[in-house]
Parts: sequence; C-alpha cells; structure tokens
Amino acid sequence: MLMGLYNYWIVVVLMMVGFYIVIAHGNLIKKIVGLSIFQTSVFIFYISMAKVDGGTAPILAEGISQYSNPLPHVLILTAIVVGIATTALGLALAVRIKEAYGSIEEEEIQKKDNLDC
Amino acid sequence: MDTLLNISSALFLLIGSFLCVSGGVGILRFPDFYTRMHAVGVTETLATAMILIGLMLQNPDGLVVVKLMIILLMTLFISPTASHALASAAVHNNLMPELDKKEDNEKETSSNP
Amino acid sequence: MKDLFAVIMLSGIYGLLSASFFVAMDAVDVAFTEASVGAGISTLLMLVAITMTGRSENPTRHKPVLALAVVIVTGSLLIYGTLDMPYFGLAQDPVHLHVAPRYINDSMQEVGVPNIVTSVLASYRAFDTLGEVVVIFTAGMGVLALLSVVRRPGDVARDIAKINSLNKSMHEEHLILRIVVKILIPFILLFALYVQFHGDYGPGGGFQAGVIFAAAIILYAMLFGMSTARRVINQSFIQLFAAIGVLLYGSVGVISLLNGKNFLDYSVLSADPVAGQHLGILLIELGVGFTVASVMVIIFFNFAGRKNDQQNNRE
Repeated sequence: MLMGLYNYWIVVVLMMVGFYIVIAHGNLIKKIVGLSIFQTSVFIFYISMAKVDGGTAPILAEGISQYSNPLPHVLILTAIVVGIATTALGLALAVRIKEAYGSIEEEEIQKKDNLDC
Repeated sequence: MDTLLNISSALFLLIGSFLCVSGGVGILRFPDFYTRMHAVGVTETLATAMILIGLMLQNPDGLVVVKLMIILLMTLFISPTASHALASAAVHNNLMPELDKKEDNEKETSSNP
Repeated sequence: MKDLFAVIMLSGIYGLLSASFFVAMDAVDVAFTEASVGAGISTLLMLVAITMTGRSENPTRHKPVLALAVVIVTGSLLIYGTLDMPYFGLAQDPVHLHVAPRYINDSMQEVGVPNIVTSVLASYRAFDTLGEVVVIFTAGMGVLALLSVVRRPGDVARDIAKINSLNKSMHEEHLILRIVVKILIPFILLFALYVQFHGDYGPGGGFQAGVIFAAAIILYAMLFGMSTARRVINQSFIQLFAAIGVLLYGSVGVISLLNGKNFLDYSVLSADPVAGQHLGILLIELGVGFTVASVMVIIFFNFAGRKNDQQNNRE
C-alpha cells in the first residue's frame, strides 16, 4: 500500500508547505509565493493521477497502444494559465498597497488601519 | 556500426554528465563569486554540447538531429552571454573579486616604513 | 529566509523542477506550459514587483506555533483521506475508464488531429478554453486598472530625449548583451510562431506560443529601455490586440450558431466536417495566442511603467 499511494503523500506535503507559508508569514510577497507553491502541488496531484504505467504522451503515433489520460492534462493547462493571471493581479495589488500604506507587512498594515478608524 | 554509434553516444553522455557534476562541485568549493561563475559558465556550456551530441548520435537519421543541432547553436549563443550578464551585473553592483592575501600583506609592510 | 530575491529565485527553480516532473509523467504539453509560464514569466513578474515593494521582509516577532499546529492537523487529515484513493498508475483506475477512452479512440475520426490534448482543449472542451481566455483578458484589464500611469502630452517628448541620451551610454555598457539579443530575438519570435501552428502535431498551441512571444518582447524592453520599447510597441494597439483575440474566439462560436448547429461546433465551418474542425481549431488557437501574448506584454509594461513613473517623480 505504501508504494501505491506515495504520490498522494508527496502532494499533501507540498500542499502543507504552501499552506504554512500563506498563514505563518506576514509579508505579502511571501504569501503570494506560498500560494503559487500550493497551486503547483495541486497540478502535480492531477498529473500524477493521469499517468498510466507503460503509457506514453497522448499524441497519436504509429505502433503505440497505451496512452496516458489526456483529460487531466487539459484541465491543468487551463489551471496553469489562470494561476499566473491571478498571481499577476496579486502582485499588482501588493504594489498598490505598498504605495498606499508604505509597507507590505501584514502587522503594519493592520496597525495603520486601526489608527485610521 | 550500430554498436560503434551506441558506444560513442554513451561516451559523450558520460563526459557531459561528468562535466556537469564537476561544475556543481566547483560552485560549492570555490571561495569567491567570480571563480564560482567561471567554473559553472565554462563547464556548463561544454557539458550541454556533449550531452546534445550524445543524443544526436542515438538516432542519426531523422528530423530530431536538425532540431538538436538548432538547440546546440542556441545554447552556444545564450549560455556564455548569461555568464557575461551575471558578471557585469556583479561589477555594476560593486562586488569586487578577492585579491591574493600575500600581495596585500607585502603592500602593507612596504608602505609602512 | 529574509531576502525575497533568493525566495523568488528558489520558486523559479521549483517551477522548473515541476516542469521536468511533468515530462516524467508523460504530460508534455503541460510541461511546456509550466516551464515557460512558471519558470519564466512568473519569476520575472515577481522580480519586477519586488523592485517596487522592497527586497527584504521584517523579522517576525512571535513564534508561529498555532500555524504549525493547524498545518499538521490539516496534513494528517488529508493523508487519512488519501488512504481510499486508487493506486498510482494502474490502467483500471476509475479516472481512465469513463470519458478518456472515448477521447483517445474517437479523436482521430472526429477531429483528425494527432495531438489528443489539443483536440480535447480546442474542440471537445472548447467552452472551457473560452472561459480561460476571458479570465486572462480580465486579469490584464485588472492590472491596467490598478497600475496604469496616465500619459500626458509632455511625456512623448521626454521619452525621445531620454532615448537619445540613454542610447549611447547603455550601448557601451551592455554591448555584448545588446548584440547577442539583437541576433536572437527574431529566432525567438519565429519559434513562437512555430509552436503556435505546430500545436496540432506535437506539444504546443496557443498558450505556450503567446507566452514565448511576450517573453521576446519583454527581453527587448529590458535591454533597450522602456522608452524605446514604448515607441516600438504602441500601447493602445496592444490593448486592441488583446480584445481582438477574445473577439475572434467568440465569433467562431457565433458563426457556428448562425449556421444552425451548437455554439462552437466546428463541423459547419467547411464542407467536410473534419476540415471544419481543423479550421476551427486553427482560428481559436490564433485567438488564444493573440490574447495571451498581448496580456503578458500589457502586464509587464504596466509594472515597469509604474516603476519608471515612481523614479521620475522622485527626481
């Protein structure tokens, strides 16, 4: 059983690393990096589920009988591009927050908000 | 002919991997930024070239050879340029190379009467 | 790790490692996209962002014990949940048994394109891809709304003066880089076109081609200065281009509607259904390529333009 499930455990470890970075660090840029690590671990999850032992890449060619499953590939292709779009938006927001508050550390931003209220 | 191709391709791949590993050892062991970069920049380009030639010899007739040759040409252009860009960025940010310690000592003792 | 520059470099290496992992898992299209997007554009955008937000982070004053506890509890619950999952790589896993055999077996007769991933992406599941293109377009619009700098009439003259003054000094300082890049950029653009149109027969397609095209333009902008790049690539033209990509995609679907079939059903675009599929896939991949390239260029130019504006205001 250990040899059959190790790919899911690797994914869970990576996911938890990304999750920890998002909730434990105060710097906005580090949170965005942690989010991107989380996203990549989800991609690895789907792609490892798509692999068939003894199969090749899903491009039709002569003499190959067993192909890997193409459906998760399509979903992850979409997911990667959407991921980078949201990362770009997140970074733009971080830049604007820096201009408005003067810092991108979570604690200092909350302090400034509490002072202003 | 087949075994000759296989053996020569294996030889090229082995030399390429050895050069890559030695470049990695160089990064870890050399004392200064510039010496480290020199180790990697030189060995990495040659290692990539060796590996690509080894792959070309695996299947000598086919479209793959032309594609690999184009990749080889691009690597020969890009890899030394990248090392140059790194080194000039370091100089621009005033990271000076460490000079020999004996020279400094001699200069000090000769300038203090 | 306090230095954000090192963090971003490591995340770039992580992206490249996951791309090579995807190759080992026989997912060549996905590996191509992850290598170009995750290890290329993503690292670049983060680096441009930290030039504006600061390079190091403040040290945390409290120990994050609560966060560690939450993470460990969640992780163990997830591992407990995976104990029921099917084993890795078996051909009888449920994920391989329902829809995928139909795509693998019937793709050649119905769509006629060797790359099954392209046929699923562009023909069987074209509606999802339309949604994705619109998401990229929206992200580009969002970055425009957040970071664009209003260009006043005096800016064009200031740009020209800056180009003439910078050109000589930059040319001597970065001579080797400029010459090598001048030789290489046409080949990068040619490669982007090759990937775009060859997506039917090998790994590739609209997304990868758009990202590579944008990378070539960003390389040019980095080495020759933002002022030169803004005069070479007109800003409003690029914004129009992004909209044209989405419009092209949508109109292919509407044309299919007007011809009596479902939305995005390509078999009515030509006399022979399979030729219609080929034409439809070509057009929508073109639309995707246009939008992705333009949006990536818009995002980079707005980030760098904001930085330029901050520097000009400080002078």
